[in-house]
Amino acid sequence: MLRAIYDWVDERLDITPIWRDVADHEVPEHVNPAHHFSAFIYCFGGLTFFVVVIQILSGMFLAMYYVPDIVNAHASVNYLQNEIAMGAIVRGMHHWGASVAIVMLFLHTLRVFFTGSYKHPREFNWVVGMLIFAVMLGLGFTGYLLPWDNKAYFATKVGVEIAASVPVIGPYIAIFLQGGDIVGAQTLARFFALHVFFLPAALLALLGVHFILIRRQGISGPL
Amino acid sequence: MAHNQDGNHTQVHYVGDSRVRADRPKMYPKDYSEFPGRTEAFFPDFLLKEWMVAAVFLVGFMTLVMAHEPELGELADPTNTGFLPVPDWYFLFLYQLLKYKWAAGKFVVIGTVILPGIAFMALMLAPWLDGTKERRPIKRPVPVGIMLVTLVAICALTWAAEYEHELQLESAIGKTPQNTKVIAQDEQGYQIYAKNACIKCHGDNLEGKNGPTLIGTGNRHTAEEITKYIDEGKGTAMPAGMFQGSEEEKRILVEWLMKQKQQ
Repeated sequence: MLRAIYDWVDERLDITPIWRDVADHEVPEHVNPAHHFSAFIYCFGGLTFFVVVIQILSGMFLAMYYVPDIVNAHASVNYLQNEIAMGAIVRGMHHWGASVAIVMLFLHTLRVFFTGSYKHPREFNWVVGMLIFAVMLGLGFTGYLLPWDNKAYFATKVGVEIAASVPVIGPYIAIFLQGGDIVGAQTLARFFALHVFFLPAALLALLGVHFILIRRQGISGPL
Repeated sequence: MAHNQDGNHTQVHYVGDSRVRADRPKMYPKDYSEFPGRTEAFFPDFLLKEWMVAAVFLVGFMTLVMAHEPELGELADPTNTGFLPVPDWYFLFLYQLLKYKWAAGKFVVIGTVILPGIAFMALMLAPWLDGTKERRPIKRPVPVGIMLVTLVAICALTWAAEYEHELQLESAIGKTPQNTKVIAQDEQGYQIYAKNACIKCHGDNLEGKNGPTLIGTGNRHTAEEITKYIDEGKGTAMPAGMFQGSEEEKRILVEWLMKQKQQ
């Protein structure tokens, strides 16, 4: 039955080559933790992606309750954390996932650095990885404001002040981030949009490039 | 092709792309002479192992999530002047950098643009700055050395930022507890407290003025700690030797402060 459905779709859309392209490639022994326990360091990238998936899923559920305006933001986070079934778990996953994602990304970057895996022909993928790192830090910075408690507010205020102290372009960065002259209602709406739409879109695009390049170039050989 | 009007259900053939043909023999491992040893197919063999690693990781992660509920502070109040701002931990090292004299004030551009800019650009351009063919860490001491030094510096800065923040929190004007009643205010301990400089910063009713509140201090500290704070000062705000009384008076004062417990 399933086979018949698959064949019916495949005959029309020719989907077999697409997923075969993803599935049919050899993974070398030196990155396989089943053969060498120390190869777990090659899992950091995959685990980072795993945490990103956790972040996207938990974030989607948080967005069902979160209200991005300064009157209701704090109350809605309080509500979803304390009143909704599993709310504390979902927010906990998103909260800790943010830190764990940075940790895993950092470890993955160090693995690539210390094994010299960014060398010819993989230079471009390293640059893409650095851009992913920058986007993740941006997600961390914008997400920190959203609960709209004192910690969030003052950390963002200091962050924006630091950005504003940059010569020449500083004031423009500050206005772009704040959406006005102070950290306030506009800032929250803006950070929400950045955190939920712009930066995840950039992240997914960069991850797509990252994975396509890995598939094209293969994993770097053993040291 | 699109309409297939003659009724023949022929296979759709895509031409001119690089995808694997549907009729290609399935799952035959390619010759991977670059990686000698036991290779295996990504799907499903290797992915199964990745999932096992991910399952172990997920158990640890969910344990963390369940053990520590994320905090939600009080509603943001822009007029709150006593709140000590602190960024998320992974920005602490950048934040700490800006506290040093050589990277603050007139030189703030060093801390905001020059140092982070150099670090980020060096990282970004690492494949070209470290352009040799050699991959072993031991064979390329300069980039590996720079990275190790940077890592130590980041850890040290993060630790310093955390340490200073803790110190500031301790000497900051704390939040007033719910129950503000001073315990045993008619005892000799309070008179000693009032006679000395303590009262100037910690307040008539221990509520805290320039220093933190001492209400509930008995819950937070031991008698030895309080004696040490009286003798040596605490944090950046409380200097040593503010207490001018005798040893006996100091003992009574500490005993009295230890009575200040909150439920």
